[in-house]
Amino acid sequence: MSSNAVAIPDARSESRPWVLALHDWVTTVDHKRLGILYVLYALLFLVIAGCEAMIIRIQLMFPHNAFVSPQVFNRMFTMHGTTMIFFVAVPVLLGFSNYLVPLMVGARDMAFPRLNAFSFWLTALGGLLLYFSLLGGNGLYGAGSAPDIGWWAYAPLALKAFSPGHSSDYWTISLIVSGFGTVGTAVNVIATILCMRCPGMHLGRMPLLVWLNLVMSGMLLIVMTPLTAAQLMLLVDRYLGGHFFDTQAGGSATLWMHFFWIFGHPEVYVLILPCFAFISEIVPVFSRKPMFGYPVMVAASVAIGFVSMSVWAHHMFTIGMNSYANSFFAITTMAVGVPTGIKMFNWIGTMWGGRIELKTPMLFAIGFLFQFLIAGLTGIMLAAAPFDWQLGLSYFVVAHFHYVIVGGILFALFGAFYYWYPKVTGRMMNETLGRWHFWLFVIGFHLCFDLMHIPGLLGMPRRIYTYEPGRGWDTLNLLVSLGAFVQAVAVLLFVANLVLSYFRGEKAGNDPWDAWTLEWSVSSPPPAYNFARIPTVASRRPLWDLKHAEDPDSRYE
Amino acid sequence: MTSTQRSASAVPFPALETPGAWRLPYRGTVGMACLIIAESAIFTIFVVAYLYYVGKSLSGPMPRDVLEVPIFFTFVLLSSSLTIHLAQKALERGARGAFLGPWLATIGLGALFLYGTGREWQRLIDEHGLTLSTNLFGTTYYSLVGLHAFHVAVGLALMSLVALFALAGRVGRQHSARVGTLALYWHFVDAVWVVVFTVVYVIGR
Repeated sequence: MSSNAVAIPDARSESRPWVLALHDWVTTVDHKRLGILYVLYALLFLVIAGCEAMIIRIQLMFPHNAFVSPQVFNRMFTMHGTTMIFFVAVPVLLGFSNYLVPLMVGARDMAFPRLNAFSFWLTALGGLLLYFSLLGGNGLYGAGSAPDIGWWAYAPLALKAFSPGHSSDYWTISLIVSGFGTVGTAVNVIATILCMRCPGMHLGRMPLLVWLNLVMSGMLLIVMTPLTAAQLMLLVDRYLGGHFFDTQAGGSATLWMHFFWIFGHPEVYVLILPCFAFISEIVPVFSRKPMFGYPVMVAASVAIGFVSMSVWAHHMFTIGMNSYANSFFAITTMAVGVPTGIKMFNWIGTMWGGRIELKTPMLFAIGFLFQFLIAGLTGIMLAAAPFDWQLGLSYFVVAHFHYVIVGGILFALFGAFYYWYPKVTGRMMNETLGRWHFWLFVIGFHLCFDLMHIPGLLGMPRRIYTYEPGRGWDTLNLLVSLGAFVQAVAVLLFVANLVLSYFRGEKAGNDPWDAWTLEWSVSSPPPAYNFARIPTVASRRPLWDLKHAEDPDSRYE
Repeated sequence: MTSTQRSASAVPFPALETPGAWRLPYRGTVGMACLIIAESAIFTIFVVAYLYYVGKSLSGPMPRDVLEVPIFFTFVLLSSSLTIHLAQKALERGARGAFLGPWLATIGLGALFLYGTGREWQRLIDEHGLTLSTNLFGTTYYSLVGLHAFHVAVGLALMSLVALFALAGRVGRQHSARVGTLALYWHFVDAVWVVVFTVVYVIGR
């Protein structure tokens, strides 16, 4: 028995009735269980929003297709976008930080365990509210059954005159509710990192994952709340007869755009920073080298946090801002590429000369590096305002941000799943299935999103429900849709791998990857109390110091 | 693999260089500071909307015609920051009696401020017919001042809870850090009023 697992008789034995087990999960304040709940909840919505994407792609497979009506198509892309951002990406990343941050800083739980549970259930309620609109959205008017105003809900479309009924209200309220949940968790993560670190882990010794989650949570505080404020204003307009965005009474539709994108663009960085965090843990372990340029990585992360706050209006080049605003936002947008580029070089520098082990997590990490680079490059293209006037609101933009979110965020997330699954469940994920998942997903991804740039360049606008034949978009759209199906099959393989490995997977042991951060020092799955004895660390890689007492890192840092 | 694990568990963690010197900030203060940052962002958006719409109302009444500067109630709210500070310092000393007086005074001053807001709204509605839906001024004014008043009300509820415990004799020195967290929130509410006051009654008039 290791020094970290004291023999405490396990209260949750196999023979407990399932009602009691369920009760345990519903009332839990344990950061690990809440982390798992977050992730499972996000996976459920990943499948739902994935189905919506499939409906969109089936509709666009052929010109003049009539698989769904234009109205349903509007609802599908609205629900797909809203769900993927707010109820897949945010909760799954919060789930990972919930699970990993306390373990990596050597704490027994988050700083505020009950706030943690409260935040999760708020987020869960938010998702239910959004989908309850399918039942309750008719209201008294019989108009609309799900929100159909696009995920950015531009005014005045979102106002009562153009969106009667209650579907848009469900959208608004679900985002307010889940926004409070997100802010609660952000507060919790920051307090955990600043106040719960184990002895010896000063800021310069925190794992990069913890650093990046600190920056992400700090951003969430000032990014999520403007959205909440804007949604409150929208509710005032819709219900109390206010005029914030009512152009008839002197209100401004542009103001909504600013408020939305003040949230909307930093949100992308909120999502990508935890993915940088995963890559920063996976790449060193599978290159068998410590992270190259740790202080620079930290500085670059903080720089991204700051600079990304001042880029939002590059989403608004096409609405006709003055040339000063255009220049400012073009320059800041390109500037945010600099710290991101530093990170890319540091990851490559970590791999350089390392003994690279091409296990599934590393495959996904390498895929991330390539694809995120390309996504960043099309981002730089779109940051040039004149280029954006030409291609804004086209499929080029859709291809660009899906390259970021699928090629970047989702790939990093898959890597994280393969990497930490053994810690969470105690069993390894199947490598063969993992490789099938990776290669199928890579092929499907590139078929879908590489080709999607081209109809955009050829002038295909986003959010159209169908198109004329003979514009050069037909074959490309068919191939894009086929790519989407290949990705769907790959995701099904992934889900199958998750389920099968839980029952049949090979036993993982404490430290299957021979890794260096504290979570691998406890049993898999970790006991409820995490650490029987709070550890003390003397370097950035405490487990390296343990395993190599003759040559510890602490000597060089 | 297993041998690594065994060696990992066999070697004790290295001792801290300077034992006993490991101090981290209090999580309540950090949590409340985070909440204040988040709330500041919400208020910033409402303040920006207010400033953006100054003078853009298409019809009256205009702020210059109807708003009266609430000097007295501003004085009331700002002095409550002083009383809560006195109360908190008393609690840190363990002086329970010296805590309860200023604490109740804080609640009283906060309630008086809310009454002031209520009177002002009543006057605007009854005498000038200004409601939230009248014009852009009405929309932004009631939203911004109302958002602040809501935060005052939340603070009053929380402070009253503490007051109930204190009257029951259950608040002592060991709670001074937690009470300090609440005091931090109250200072924030006061500071926001300085901004709201400047924006609504100085710049916006």
